[in-house]
Amino acid sequence: MTSERADYADLPGAAGYGESEAIQKSYLRAGHTLRSWFLTTDHKRIAILYLISVTFFFFVGGAAAALIRADLLTPQGDLLSNEGYNRAFTLHGVIMVWFFLIPSIPTTFGNFLIPLMIGARDLAFPRLNLLSWYIYVLGGLCTIYVLISGGVDTGWTFYTPLSSMFSNGHVVMAATAVFIVGFSSILTGLNFIVTVHKLRCPGMSWGRLPLFVWSHYATSVILVLATPVLSITLALIAAERVFQLGIFDPALGGDPLLYQHLFWFYSHPAVYIMVLPALGVISELITAAARKPIFGYWFVAGSSIAIALLAFLVWGHHMFVAGQSMYASEIFSFLSLAVAVPSGIKVYNWTATLYKGHISLDPPFLFAMGFVGLFVVGGLTGLILAMVAIDVHVHDTYFVVAHFHYIMVGGTVSAFFGALHYWWPKITGRLYNLVWGRVTAVLIFVGFNLTFFPQFILGYLGMPRRYHVYDPHLQVLNDMSSSGAAILAVAYLIPFVYLFYSLRYSPAAPANPWDVTGLEWTVPSPPPKHNFDEIPVVTTKPYNYPVEQKGDGDA
Amino acid sequence: MPDEALHVHEPYQTAAQQAEADTMGMYVFLATEVMLFGGLFAAALMLRTVHHDEVIAASRQLHIWIGTANTVLLLTSSLFVATAVVAARTGTRRLCAGGLIGGAVLGLCFMALKAVEYYSEYREGHLPGFGLPAHFSNGAEHLFMNLYLIATGLHAFHLAVGIVLLLSLAARVLWTSFPLPERSITVTLFGLYWHLVDVIWIFLFPVLYLAR
Amino acid sequence: MMTSFFPLWPVAASEHAHSVDLLVIAFSVLIVALSAPVFILMAWFAVKYRRGKPADRRHPVHRKTWAEVSWSAIPFFLILGFFVWSSVLFYQLYHPPPDALEINVVAKRWMWKFQHPGGQAEINELHVPTGKPVKLLMTSQDVIHSLYLPALRLKQDVLPDRTTTEWFNADKPGTYILTCAEFCGTDHSQMGGRLIVQTPQDYARWLDKSDVGMSLAEQGEALFLKVGCSGCHSPAATVHAPQLQGLYGRQVPLDNGRTVTADDSYIRDSILEPQKDVAAGYPRIMPTFKNVLSEADISKLIAFIKSTPSTGSAHP
Repeated sequence: MTSERADYADLPGAAGYGESEAIQKSYLRAGHTLRSWFLTTDHKRIAILYLISVTFFFFVGGAAAALIRADLLTPQGDLLSNEGYNRAFTLHGVIMVWFFLIPSIPTTFGNFLIPLMIGARDLAFPRLNLLSWYIYVLGGLCTIYVLISGGVDTGWTFYTPLSSMFSNGHVVMAATAVFIVGFSSILTGLNFIVTVHKLRCPGMSWGRLPLFVWSHYATSVILVLATPVLSITLALIAAERVFQLGIFDPALGGDPLLYQHLFWFYSHPAVYIMVLPALGVISELITAAARKPIFGYWFVAGSSIAIALLAFLVWGHHMFVAGQSMYASEIFSFLSLAVAVPSGIKVYNWTATLYKGHISLDPPFLFAMGFVGLFVVGGLTGLILAMVAIDVHVHDTYFVVAHFHYIMVGGTVSAFFGALHYWWPKITGRLYNLVWGRVTAVLIFVGFNLTFFPQFILGYLGMPRRYHVYDPHLQVLNDMSSSGAAILAVAYLIPFVYLFYSLRYSPAAPANPWDVTGLEWTVPSPPPKHNFDEIPVVTTKPYNYPVEQKGDGDA
Repeated sequence: MPDEALHVHEPYQTAAQQAEADTMGMYVFLATEVMLFGGLFAAALMLRTVHHDEVIAASRQLHIWIGTANTVLLLTSSLFVATAVVAARTGTRRLCAGGLIGGAVLGLCFMALKAVEYYSEYREGHLPGFGLPAHFSNGAEHLFMNLYLIATGLHAFHLAVGIVLLLSLAARVLWTSFPLPERSITVTLFGLYWHLVDVIWIFLFPVLYLAR
Repeated sequence: MMTSFFPLWPVAASEHAHSVDLLVIAFSVLIVALSAPVFILMAWFAVKYRRGKPADRRHPVHRKTWAEVSWSAIPFFLILGFFVWSSVLFYQLYHPPPDALEINVVAKRWMWKFQHPGGQAEINELHVPTGKPVKLLMTSQDVIHSLYLPALRLKQDVLPDRTTTEWFNADKPGTYILTCAEFCGTDHSQMGGRLIVQTPQDYARWLDKSDVGMSLAEQGEALFLKVGCSGCHSPAATVHAPQLQGLYGRQVPLDNGRTVTADDSYIRDSILEPQKDVAAGYPRIMPTFKNVLSEADISKLIAFIKSTPSTGSAHP
């Protein structure tokens, strides 16, 4: 126990053990019944409900990944049958994309923090918030049903005519599950947009919003405008399978490429739904770690909006070899290069923020650094993919798989863990063991690179994706990847131990354990149900850390 | 206007703030509906571009008079609903309920005409899907009718939801102590939804029926 | 480049492949140059400006617009240079030389069928000569597939009811991988084979040895008679139907006022969807042969029509 105290010694104001007064008066203790949790309209409780659900699906999707990497240890498809492998990667994709990545940061940290960050007592539509969780659960149950009853084998992209006319898996049920969970996304986005517009406390102008809020606002715009297109696209597949009302059927003169256009019109912006919140988290973690205002606030805030807008213009880069016109491909290629510019602005600005900062190497910062390393590799390989002539070679290979995992896992999941380690004291009222936090961050970084870097090489060598039978001379690279996956799995499990341990045995957290700016740190940890005793009035810029004038030493 | 009558609830401070938020929420929701139907319009545009002649021929076989009548019905129903909104704001309960019911009834007439139309298409052998016996002169005509059925079916579903909303609101206005004009925002927002369903039809009608 | 432990770089069997490799390496150098400073600086700052460590932190800057604009614009313009390079290479992929050797490809779950113009057919193996442009005319019998030839750095999706093409000029004899790169169902992982690039002499020898009956065009001519095309499309027919000799490449005025070029797609559509683009001055009475002819049959008919000379001759 004494060594634990030492880990927390540098956090100002660490209170004593046991249930602090703050915890007793917090939202966590405001009602003990199941009803008070399952019929709550408190955004903080809903965030916890989401946290539990998305974590559950993360591990279901992770189990599918484990099966995939285990099967890929050998070049023959000897662990899973062909059909089984196809179902494994389809389920992995469907669950990870729609039941983990898209909801992850917005519904947990977004829900919990946005009202606190803008000085409000709740989101604009608290009951709609609860409804969106129930819709998510319903979609999740449908997916579990699909999983148990044999799965679906079309890939998470459901390309026609394979999905509409040939597959004999549970396509319609899977499409229904995703259709349902889409409404959860739409309602969350709707809630955030109205909240940010209408519930900012006095003095909280747009220019004073934390960057976390800006990025969630941009995400919400994508959520509400893109998701309905997915809904109609999935409905069209279901219509073809169930009612024989097909519009993609090539035998009738329909165009399977129309499906691809409709699908990617949503699914490309969707990947920005997955990464924009993460970018917002990292902005917070970097300023907090450096204890210095963000460099170029308006450029960073504006870059989130720019990404959201450009996101809608690049979907055709998934279709360079699909049969679309050369000119369309060239335009999409150009725009895909352009969308990298705002992301680059963020990364350069974070670097500049650290310059002359007061950087502490706590777990949130290490996760942020890991994010930057991995996200940048992912983003740059995205540029490589945007070059049409190169994409002709690496499209539909492991190069693409590596690229998007660097962004979604190396990026978003790292940011998710970073957020968890940063706001854990605020959400739970408990401190946690920082040493273990740092170990996890490093282990994730190492495990991740071992898992996915060899996949760039595999892809360029020509190993297609969705293959579990491969050329034997590729086995060493595949085995490297699978070993990395094992390390990653351990790294993802370790936090369960020390974070749960902290819930019971760690010291209670003060209101502002990291000594940082932000309205959420002005309320007790955990916050009371109504957030603020009095609605705050904001008079200062965001991240208004004291500015160093004399130099030498730190504030 | 006492706040209690408006049931200003957390997290709002004032009724005006709550009303603005509710209105904005409805507009954002309507934007999602536009995107939903947008996918279908994109498909229709593509079909028209690639199979130009067949689509025109297929459109000629739709019952344009039923479609026109339906358009008139919906536009009129929107007029009724708009009247209801104005009545709500001035607190005239009977007129408000009347407008809502009138709009709903016209919506039901639309649905009835639609059913007649589907039935005659079935008799003509032009209604696709569902294992129905249908024959088309070419693939593109079949595709067009598929799209027609999906688009009008989705629209009809939204219309049905609208009818239920209008009737249930009318019931509340007539038979409960639903406070008007304090809670006229609810009538306004339901009215907005109805108008959107109408607007979608205004676009569907030419795309499907006037492609001839 | 192969180390004894694992391969790092795929073999390149054409000039295009070398060009793509050069592009990717050069571009990687640029993007490393643009991003390495980030990693280096972040790590350095984390050490130098560590909390509690004395350092000169006077007058830290919170914004510098010219810096923001330049570090956004300059990398973007540098990247655009590579965009142009990549676009040129891509353009070449869409403009095969006119004298290319045409090979018909039919993809179906889960195999590849190749047919050489002389009628030689192979399954899951594709023999091609070096030094000659080869153009693949591809279609699928069921779902979307994709013919991927990693050694040539090429792939193209293969769609049902449509012909897509890819072309290449291989210059290095050898046996390479040929594989399906668009998920097509159960045995997708096993839908592959070999691309066998041979010197022209070896290729000629292979062609001779191959079991071949008639050439593609000859088989097409037999079909033309057998399924009844010549019943209308011949000088002796009583029905008023367009004569097809020398049709390929001609401009055809349609009855809706447009004019199209009679290419492979046009001929294919005329067989499967005859009502789609009817030649001007002719009645709309041709029936469809959709359920009568397979994809392979259609390729043969197209080959036959292409082989007919422009001036009047004995056939048909």
